[in-house]
Amino acid sequence: MNPALDSKIQNSVRPDATWEPMLECAVKEVFQIMLQAELTTIAKTAEEVSAGDTTAMVGLAGSLCGVMSIRCSSQTAESVAGRMLGSVGAVNPSEVPDALAEICNMVAGNFKSKITRLADNCMLSVPTVIRGEDYEMVTIADGEQIVVCVGYEHSPIWVTLAVHS
Amino acid sequence: MKRPRVLIVDDSSVMRKIIERSLRQAGLDLGEVVEAGNGIEALAAVRGGVFDLILSDINMPGMDGIEFLRQLVTLEEAKGTPVVMVTTEGSETRVVEALSIGAKGYIRKPFTPDQIKERVSPLLEVMR
Ligand SMILES: [Mg+2]
Repeated sequence: MNPALDSKIQNSVRPDATWEPMLECAVKEVFQIMLQAELTTIAKTAEEVSAGDTTAMVGLAGSLCGVMSIRCSSQTAESVAGRMLGSVGAVNPSEVPDALAEICNMVAGNFKSKITRLADNCMLSVPTVIRGEDYEMVTIADGEQIVVCVGYEHSPIWVTLAVHS
Repeated sequence: MKRPRVLIVDDSSVMRKIIERSLRQAGLDLGEVVEAGNGIEALAAVRGGVFDLILSDINMPGMDGIEFLRQLVTLEEAKGTPVVMVTTEGSETRVVEALSIGAKGYIRKPFTPDQIKERVSPLLEVMR
């Protein structure tokens, strides 16, 4: 018996049915507080996959290991950045990935804080952003995926939590 | 009254702007506002002149907010400067760590201007 592994298994947190509504709530709160934007819920079909050419990601490590990602179109990302900065007119293009990265960071932090056993035992990485039309997200995470799709100014924003088992 | 000189430390330039805007929206009459992208830049800024308030992120590449705080408290230039952590970390452990090193409080992201005002105003009152 490996005591370190044993304690890791005992301390690891597994997703349950409450996580999806909790994730949706975490996203909506971040948009409400930081952008004064009310997101709508978009019902997703089973076959539908997340789409968009801009993805921000934050890694989670500790009692839960995985990746939180936010994916949307570049136009949506630009609008989010503009609204976040409260700017009139065009935003500086370099600020668009930065803004989406911080949104992802806040969503991950907010979600984590809603799950008592996660809040204290799970660390977030510094966020990363990928841009480009021609890619497919392949998760190495072998565990569950929690996917939420919300509507922002009539455009979808996909939020995915891919959990490593 | 002297207008407070403020240092904002965050790896996100968007977040640094939002923090500054929130301070102003909260009705605080700020003096010079200096930005730093991580702990290393922040320490250099502090060595260059005294601040009345420092707001710092925790999770940053290069040097994080906890290490920055550790080194900051040893600097003569930072004696008496209140530090407030502004972080997505809901993690009690890291916040408690920051408070034990000497941070005066913390603000969790996402935040409203009112939440910033509530934490920061009492620290600036002391200056008056
Ligand atoms: Mg950060």
